[in-house]
Amino acid sequence: MHELSIVASIVDTVTESVAAYPGARVVEVRLRVGALASVIEDSLQFCYGIATEGTPLEGSRLVVNILPVVVHCAACAADVELEGLQSFRCPCCGEPCSDLRQGRELEIEAIEIDEVEEAV
Amino acid sequence: MTTRIVELRKGILKKNDELAAGLRANYSAAGVLVLNLVSSPGTGKTEFLEVTLREMKARGARVAALVGDLETDNDARRLAASGAPVRQINTHGICHLDAEMIGKHLDGWEGVALDGLDYLFIENVGNLVCPSSYDLGEGIRVALLSVTEGEDKPLKYPTLFNSADAAVITKMDLAGPCGFNRELALHNINEIRPGIRIFETSAKTGTGIDEWLAYLAEERASRSA
Ligand SMILES: Nc1nc2c(ncn2[C@@H]2O[C@H](COP(=O)(O)OP(=O)(O)OP(=O)(O)O)[C@@H](O)[C@H]2O)c(=O)[nH]1
Ligand SMILES: [Mg+2]
Ligand SMILES: [Zn+2]
Repeated sequence: MHELSIVASIVDTVTESVAAYPGARVVEVRLRVGALASVIEDSLQFCYGIATEGTPLEGSRLVVNILPVVVHCAACAADVELEGLQSFRCPCCGEPCSDLRQGRELEIEAIEIDEVEEAV
Repeated sequence: MTTRIVELRKGILKKNDELAAGLRANYSAAGVLVLNLVSSPGTGKTEFLEVTLREMKARGARVAALVGDLETDNDARRLAASGAPVRQINTHGICHLDAEMIGKHLDGWEGVALDGLDYLFIENVGNLVCPSSYDLGEGIRVALLSVTEGEDKPLKYPTLFNSADAAVITKMDLAGPCGFNRELALHNINEIRPGIRIFETSAKTGTGIDEWLAYLAEERASRSA
């Protein structure tokens, strides 16, 4: 379980990024997480609530977009999506595929913030 | 109040990835092949490394090992019996090694400099989940699986086996008594990581060790060519 250190890293990065928008409140943090990234969404959500307390992220939503595994199939000369994680074979032709093109991502895609209007 | 979407596109483990890239460059400049050994607790990483270090030393290779452990230095003491330099990394409850820990323990390692080594072995903390996310800058990641822990381990932990460059089956001397289904284990590893090199070994009898040592020598030669 390293979800807590992942969340701590999210808090650091987002806190740094919102410093450019003084007074802004973080509403949502969107992640892109590959199916092979070995993080569990429930644990992330659980840690998120705790780790964001007292930070600019407190009260914000964590949205986790899981990306399927994509491999390159040499036989089909195409990138193909795997249906699960139990067999790294092309779903079209059955060839074993070891050329991973997507699935290990673990990144903050974007954040949504509410900005206070500047007084005129 | 206005709502704004700020695109970040930032890797969450970016700090580790950057440190690992720095380590990788150092290893390559020093001509040292680095291996990261990952498996469940008790698969036989330490036992396998003991034999590997001993045999490599006997063949004149310059070897050293870093060993991660939650609390004890038992594994480091076992490995040091080979005569190779060994340094313990106590993670104090953290379930994996990361690039920062490796960097810190390489710095100021008395009597050991990367450019005086041919191979550096890193025994990760026994865990099948977390170590797979943390790049240590290694050249080869080795996933180990013992005959006693079930042929379906690769299917249960696809991330770890998929991110490995080589697989080692340990405790082959127990294959008979355990009713180990060799074909099934090889099949499952190949389903998760097609084409991976697989070594069937026993640290107790020495089975498969020569083949493993030959692989290491080949890999090192091909990388420094
Ligand atoms: N029969 C047999 N037993 C082995 C072999 N390799 C290791 N063992 C035994 O398995 C147990 C665990 O081995 P270790 O080498 O300590 O395992 P490890 O993977 O380093 O364990 P952790 O560091 O705790 O994750 C010990 O009792 C070893 O003696 C082998 O090849 N054959
Ligand atoms: Mg050990
Ligand atoms: Zn195909």
